[in-house]
Amino acid sequence: MKITVNGEAKQYEQAVVTVADLLVLEQVASPEMVSVQQNGDFVATEQFETTLIHDGDEIDFLFFMGGGSIPDFSNI
Amino acid sequence: MDLTEQQIERYSRHILLQQVGYEGQLKIAQGKVLIIGAGGLGAPAALYLAAAGVGTIGIIDADVVDITNLQRQVIHHTPDIGVPKVTSAANKIAEINPDVRVIQYHSWFNPDNALQIISDYDFIIDGTDNFPTKFLINDACVMVGKAFSHGGILRFEGQTFTHIPGTACYRCIFPKVPPKNLVPTCSQAGVLGSIAGMLGTIQATEALKYILGIGDLLTNKLLVFNALNMQFRTVPVKKNDNCPVCGTNPSITELVMEEQAVCELKTK
Ligand SMILES: [Zn+2]
Repeated sequence: MKITVNGEAKQYEQAVVTVADLLVLEQVASPEMVSVQQNGDFVATEQFETTLIHDGDEIDFLFFMGGGSIPDFSNI
Repeated sequence: MDLTEQQIERYSRHILLQQVGYEGQLKIAQGKVLIIGAGGLGAPAALYLAAAGVGTIGIIDADVVDITNLQRQVIHHTPDIGVPKVTSAANKIAEINPDVRVIQYHSWFNPDNALQIISDYDFIIDGTDNFPTKFLINDACVMVGKAFSHGGILRFEGQTFTHIPGTACYRCIFPKVPPKNLVPTCSQAGVLGSIAGMLGTIQATEALKYILGIGDLLTNKLLVFNALNMQFRTVPVKKNDNCPVCGTNPSITELVMEEQAVCELKTK
């Protein structure tokens, strides 16, 4: 199956059936740390297991990223 | 308001730009930008916005400068260790450009002060490293219809997008705060210092474009880059109808700090 993942054309030997399968193949440790777009539409985390992936789909993984100043809530 | 002869000279490289000019420089001089977090992202953003002549720069941060900050928070220098970050930043801005009025908030951005503080500004820069505050900035800006720039950096990567009313917000992309300790922060995983400069200056550029009303902002798209291979990618993102704050049936109607652990720490 051919899928474009994060802009890169990829060929999978394995059967990629659902978004959850692709997360495993792409070694995304936890589904809670990634936001997934399928052909430009967001897939809700609860639907990763049931959302089917089709040949030619464009999938984007968007990851959480922090920033510049270190959090310290001790003196709020 | 007019520019003095000295100001015309100081900003001549802006004024030469067809898209800026004298009128544009006046807009910059009347612009008000709030920088939340005077850290890795806020530092370069503040330096460039000050040099550009932004009339009012607000800086909110409750921290003091620490030796581990100096590797990337370029507005703070070695003699500033132990000094409040807002004071250190205000001092540098005054040296760079006495035209700029700096408003210091030596506190954390929280649900009680959020709306009142942002209401005084045209554009907000998210320079924080913790997710509860990032979500709070998003929610506050969406609720009062303010433009802001989101920024995140980690290790060798960065990501940013700009929100203006009606475009995709942070929760359209990430509906809720990630579980604690699942996503590392710079203080846990490290970050190449210059990445902060790359991203903070993109955020400053978005603020200037917004004030000037020129070009295309990073709205409805997330810019992600990886400095190891120097690949930049812009991922189109859509406003999400199911978004908990800007969707058709929002579940978030008042400001809260979302992470449990933060609330526990607060009471100690
Ligand atoms: Zn939204």
